Amino acid sequence: MELLRFLTAGSVDDGKSTLIGRLLYDSRSLLRDQLEAIEKSSRKKGDDFLNLALATDGLKAEREQGITIDVAYKYFSTPKRKFIIADTPGHIQYTRNMVTGASTANLMVVLVDARNGVTEQTRRHSIIASLLAIPHLVVCINKMDLVGFSQERFEQIKEEFLQFSGKLNIKDITFIPISALQGDNVVNLSDNMPWYEGRSLLHYLEEVYIESDRNLQNPRFPVQYVIRPETAEYPDYRAYAGMVASGIFKQGDAILVLPAGFTTTITSIDFYGKQLPEAFAPQSVAIRLSDNLDIARGDVFVDAVNPPRIGQDILANVCWMSSDELRPGTVLILQQNTRRVKAKITEIVYKIEINTLDEIVGVGALKMNDIALVKIRTAAPVLLDDYKFNRATGSFILIDENTNLTAAAGVIRG
Amino acid sequence: MSSYHINYLDALEAEAIYILRETAAQFENPALLFSGGKDSIVLVHLALKAFRPAKFPFPLLHIDTGHNFPETLQFRDNLISKIKERLIVRYVQDSIDKGRVKEETGKYASRNALQTVTLLDAISELQLDACIGGARRDEEKARAKERIFSVRDEFGQWEPRMQRPELWNLYNGKIRKGENVRVFPISNFTELDVWRYIEREGIELPSLYFTHERDVFERDGLWYPDSPYIHREPQETVVRKKVRFRTIGDMTCTAAVLSQADNVAAIIEELIKAETTERGSRLDDKRSEAAMEERKRGGYF
Ligand SMILES: Nc1nc2c(ncn2[C@@H]2O[C@H](COP(=O)(O)OP(=O)(O)O)[C@@H](O)[C@H]2O)c(=O)[nH]1
Repeated sequence: MELLRFLTAGSVDDGKSTLIGRLLYDSRSLLRDQLEAIEKSSRKKGDDFLNLALATDGLKAEREQGITIDVAYKYFSTPKRKFIIADTPGHIQYTRNMVTGASTANLMVVLVDARNGVTEQTRRHSIIASLLAIPHLVVCINKMDLVGFSQERFEQIKEEFLQFSGKLNIKDITFIPISALQGDNVVNLSDNMPWYEGRSLLHYLEEVYIESDRNLQNPRFPVQYVIRPETAEYPDYRAYAGMVASGIFKQGDAILVLPAGFTTTITSIDFYGKQLPEAFAPQSVAIRLSDNLDIARGDVFVDAVNPPRIGQDILANVCWMSSDELRPGTVLILQQNTRRVKAKITEIVYKIEINTLDEIVGVGALKMNDIALVKIRTAAPVLLDDYKFNRATGSFILIDENTNLTAAAGVIRG
Repeated sequence: MSSYHINYLDALEAEAIYILRETAAQFENPALLFSGGKDSIVLVHLALKAFRPAKFPFPLLHIDTGHNFPETLQFRDNLISKIKERLIVRYVQDSIDKGRVKEETGKYASRNALQTVTLLDAISELQLDACIGGARRDEEKARAKERIFSVRDEFGQWEPRMQRPELWNLYNGKIRKGENVRVFPISNFTELDVWRYIEREGIELPSLYFTHERDVFERDGLWYPDSPYIHREPQETVVRKKVRFRTIGDMTCTAAVLSQADNVAAIIEELIKAETTERGSRLDDKRSEAAMEERKRGGYF
């Protein structure tokens, strides 16, 4: 059984909460006491039906305002897969929440109201999926019941979407006509749309091929923590603990330690008293080396044959998440995997108009939720893997030194 | 390709180990909150996988309500002597004696809420900057939005609107003096995942989790253990039943379920058929729909 993380996007009232409620309900992931709580809330709100949308509402403030303002994680599983849903808000002022949910997702479900067709929001959400390099996009054309389950309407919206999505970096796009409210094509195929020949949404989620979403080509192992027992039994044991970010490491492999640049050999890959012949992303292991070198948290093991570029000048797309404005010259802390270095924003090259992908030059400062291409100078070398090919090492966050808050998410453009 | 397949339990385990190591690396003085329940037992198992053959880079901290099932303490002490790690215990009774908190009275009296004060006192006494806990996001609606690294202010409070965005697996544990972080390595496990992991790893659990005969009484559709710590109304009659516990917190707010399951596989089967989520058997959440959120804001784990 595999794990699939996906995120749901759509503008207010497109039926996102209803869809998630429906997936949880039809996969029997809502249990009796949760159902009772939903029934109680439904009655209190005056609904005469089971308001499945209530299954996904989280915080009290949100319940009161009737909108989602954060990222809520929901879980369900079928015999085939375990699913983690990041339920994120759709408003433009919550772009940062969507970026957060998108950062770990294999797949995004974008909801489109069949009556409205592709909207500005649809475009924005798809652009975010593209910037965050989400491998799979599912466009669910919802409320088909309100357009007479019309195939013509479905094809029209699909055409509209494809016209704009050509310029995006999304490999795999699927269209599914659904009614979240009535359940058509969500879990079971609908009798109302015999013309639809694809799979139901759930069936698609169970089957979509995700094995190649991981980068297994480029070995990268950021050192997290040094394990040194210093006991009578293990006087000289020293292993470097971490999670394989990408690629495969084998016992006996020659590796390069960055940024210092020395080469050495893997003598052992340890995991809980066992020695593994190899380790691959995203396993957490501990690696022992043939040489006694000065290695600490923040260093990265890479393959010696085909090492990545390192450097102090980064070109990156960033999503600004802080309420303080970002201006060129600002110094922040850049965290890339387990490494933290000081970093200065040297230039805002252009801001990305997130509804159209237009590039706006001459922008003096970034505000919360803005996405821009920026140049960054770091105080020490960092890996320069292109995010498009390596989501695990091509990403970073920027931390405000004064408030300690996470101020931005960034992806490196190689 | 298929040899590089990663099973969902392996993925969850690798993530939890990663988070434990991040905690060890990013904080000066963390502790693992150990309640004796299955989730914290799973945390200990994951810590063994994260740090052996070295010792844990943190002690275990037990906030003892004084209303424990004896089996829990027995289990705790056996576990500690087996893994040879440091255990720190702080007592709710001490907080009561010092006048820091007032014992609740009445039918629903519980020390569950009082724990918060003892925990916050322990955090400042031991100068902890991170507390590792076994909470999971599937437990409750407010938990669904909890971060993996959840920053609390110097009063231990959680402010849902001020949460730091958490991107990729880049956890930001930078804090000011006096603040601390609650870390939740098994956030993405569901109850069923925990049981399947326990089964796969052969993790030992206190006997309370398995069916046994016990004197219980029925209240609000749930079965409570008959004990000196729980106020029982005259009409609530004690009967002997085959029960097991789905969570084992403070005795006063932990109800049992009727069950025949005497091993982990049987529990998993029972769970798959179950109609009630595990927090349904915790009285403290029934008090109001927003109960958990209120307690979390106040510093509850
Ligand atoms: N007719 C119809 N109504 C729907 C459908 N899906 C959602 N709705 C309704 O649209 C409204 C907004 O749905 P909700 O799930 O709250 O939208 P959200 O804001 O995207 O989470 C509610 O009144 C739903 O009942 C659908 O497939 N058909």
